[in-house]
Amino acid sequence: MEEKIRISWDVVDRCRQAARSITDDIMVHIHENTTTTVERTVLRLMGIEGSDEQGIPLANVMVEQINNSGLLGDGVAFWLGNAMQATDEGPQKIAEQVGRGEFALPDLPRQEPAIVRQKVAEVAERGLERIKKKRAERESLMKELPPGPQPWLYVIVATGNIYEDVKQARAAVEKGADIIAVIRSTAQSLLDYVPYGPTTEGFGGTYATQENFRIMREALDDGGREAGRYIQLVNYSSGLCMPEIAAMGAVERLDMMLNDSMYGILFRDINMKRTFIDQHFSRMINAVAGITINTGEDNYLTTTDALDEAHTVLASQFINESLGFKSGLKTQQMGLGHAFEIDPDLEDGFLFEIAQAQLIRQIFPHAPIKYMPPTKYITGDIFRAHLINGMFNLAGVMTGQGIQLLGMLTEAIHTPFVQDRALSIENARYIFNNARDLQDEIMFVPYGRIQQRADEVLLKAASMLESITEKGLMQAIEDGMFANISRPQEGGKGLDGLVKKGEEYYNPFSDMFKEELSIHE
Amino acid sequence: MNELKELRPYGDSFNDGKIQVSFSLPLDAGLEAQEVARQLAYKMGLEEVNVVDMKNIGEGFSFFIIYGKLKYGVDASQIRVAKAVSRSMSYYEINDFIREHIGRKILVVGACTGSDAHTVGLDAIMNMKGFAGEYGLERYPEIKTVNMGSQVANEDLIKKAMEVNADAILISQVVTQKEAHIKNLTEFVDLLEAEGLRDRFLLIVGGPRISHELALELGFDAGFGQGTKPNDVASYIVQNLVKKV
Repeated sequence: MEEKIRISWDVVDRCRQAARSITDDIMVHIHENTTTTVERTVLRLMGIEGSDEQGIPLANVMVEQINNSGLLGDGVAFWLGNAMQATDEGPQKIAEQVGRGEFALPDLPRQEPAIVRQKVAEVAERGLERIKKKRAERESLMKELPPGPQPWLYVIVATGNIYEDVKQARAAVEKGADIIAVIRSTAQSLLDYVPYGPTTEGFGGTYATQENFRIMREALDDGGREAGRYIQLVNYSSGLCMPEIAAMGAVERLDMMLNDSMYGILFRDINMKRTFIDQHFSRMINAVAGITINTGEDNYLTTTDALDEAHTVLASQFINESLGFKSGLKTQQMGLGHAFEIDPDLEDGFLFEIAQAQLIRQIFPHAPIKYMPPTKYITGDIFRAHLINGMFNLAGVMTGQGIQLLGMLTEAIHTPFVQDRALSIENARYIFNNARDLQDEIMFVPYGRIQQRADEVLLKAASMLESITEKGLMQAIEDGMFANISRPQEGGKGLDGLVKKGEEYYNPFSDMFKEELSIHE
Repeated sequence: MNELKELRPYGDSFNDGKIQVSFSLPLDAGLEAQEVARQLAYKMGLEEVNVVDMKNIGEGFSFFIIYGKLKYGVDASQIRVAKAVSRSMSYYEINDFIREHIGRKILVVGACTGSDAHTVGLDAIMNMKGFAGEYGLERYPEIKTVNMGSQVANEDLIKKAMEVNADAILISQVVTQKEAHIKNLTEFVDLLEAEGLRDRFLLIVGGPRISHELALELGFDAGFGQGTKPNDVASYIVQNLVKKV
């Protein structure tokens, strides 16, 4: 295919090379450490469910117990297996007994490690099979009911009540939505546990729980059958429980997860050392489960100027891509994010939006690029917002974006009402349909503004990445190079959940995933 | 002046009262739903109701666009509004103002107090990311912030404000049941007064159900409601800090 804008592929190579070297450093840190949420994820994947009398998830109880004894460096899997061997009970039974305080995991006599591992591996194998089965289920459903053409219409529901969410999601599907994201309750990202059960109270969103995932999955499967196309479900594998939520999504057949390597650090003030480890394990789960991740570079443009900082988005996409590859994700699973956030009052602003969208489209030709709507300059003037969203939709269809998160005319007022969503879907459908093949008719003027802008952004991204290779990514974040936000390496939430792996560290899933995904270290 | 006595919306001639309304109903579009919409519009105080558009929006919901004539007017000559801040300055103006008139960085402590776990309002004002295109206070080079997050006890908030020598305390109350927020806010002021600390800080409360008037009643210095942007709050703080000094 002929290029619509010319890409300096040598500069792209420089970017990728720099990103690889940046993430090599991060991988060293990742391999040396684990975290409490990674270990809890192991327990969840081993089939452990439920909470103790005080409502604390059993996975938390167990990991905390091991961690307090200073033994988490062995991997919780070892201590679970040790208990399985010592008591001859299964994981869930043991979890419940520990939850009731009948015994503590570290108090049991140490068993022969090889036998313990053998015992754990058998159960873990079933966990992996469960994920693969869900993946196969998705693949067969998608064959039966192919999703609509891209850009896919992605809308959010955020009532706080999973049963209302279902109604609104089904209404959106009926109107033409392809993807439904259930927004999480405010501040769930900072909870260091994942609640259980269906939930009907949340603010600005609905708690991510396994049961809520299941309820929505079922509703969308139903709605999808009626609509004749597979409807994809999204949630958030982010925050302090990043990998646990990935595991929940994997077994409940979510299709996409917001899953960024740096978002939590920058925007939720979660410790970076923790996050880098969590993102890696969560991405391996997503990779095995066939889940498409959505990265969060769009957020950079809401705290900084979209015109001045466009290159940071591209630079970050290269980093997310590289960390994604190192976690076994395929390009087709990388919904690299960016946004339509240039000041609408800027003359020719639309041209710069096109330049960015087209540049990213061409640099990552097989990634389902995630395009985020204008929010920063949306004020409450719903009529203006509806029009700007139309321009955003036009940019999306004419540059072949993959995932179009639809802007709401009531952005900055409230979480979407049922009619807001319907109007935004109509807006997108009108424009996508009316300009469906426009992109095939376009070649950009060789020395025009769009070409020049794209060249400039790419060059700046390369020099940013090269400067990061010198100082390291953690230092770059500390220096505020992304989103103009500086986070200290030893600061932020969740650092206490970081644990150095011991000599005998054991995580059966890590090992199986690496084999499954052909990750060679 | 007299014509302001009974002021109505203006469509294309004075006091014609013409307005548009749109909403959805949990009913399939149809003549019955249309009649429901029409009657609702009459109950809103509209006359000459005209349902100009009706459509299904899925899952048994329908959407309506209605025009009508509002039969009520308001005496616009008698309006008085309590405002926390008379002039909102921009991000740059505020930072310059601090450098010029205060000469040191100012310190703001914020929290969602009591049982309120919803930091969305507080974050909108304090977090880097801000709200509606306005940077949050955390982003201001001349403002230092401590965001204590949610479910903070009144005592802890006071302790922290003392510890960091705060200039202003921001309390956010988003979700409340049975007016619990009122009790909580009053208690906070009482606590400060009991310790003789009331005048030490600018006390600011915000939330979707908060007005400046209510805040004053509760003994706060200022209240900010829906649609408040970080620079509104920052403007209030700097303008009033200068007065205090």
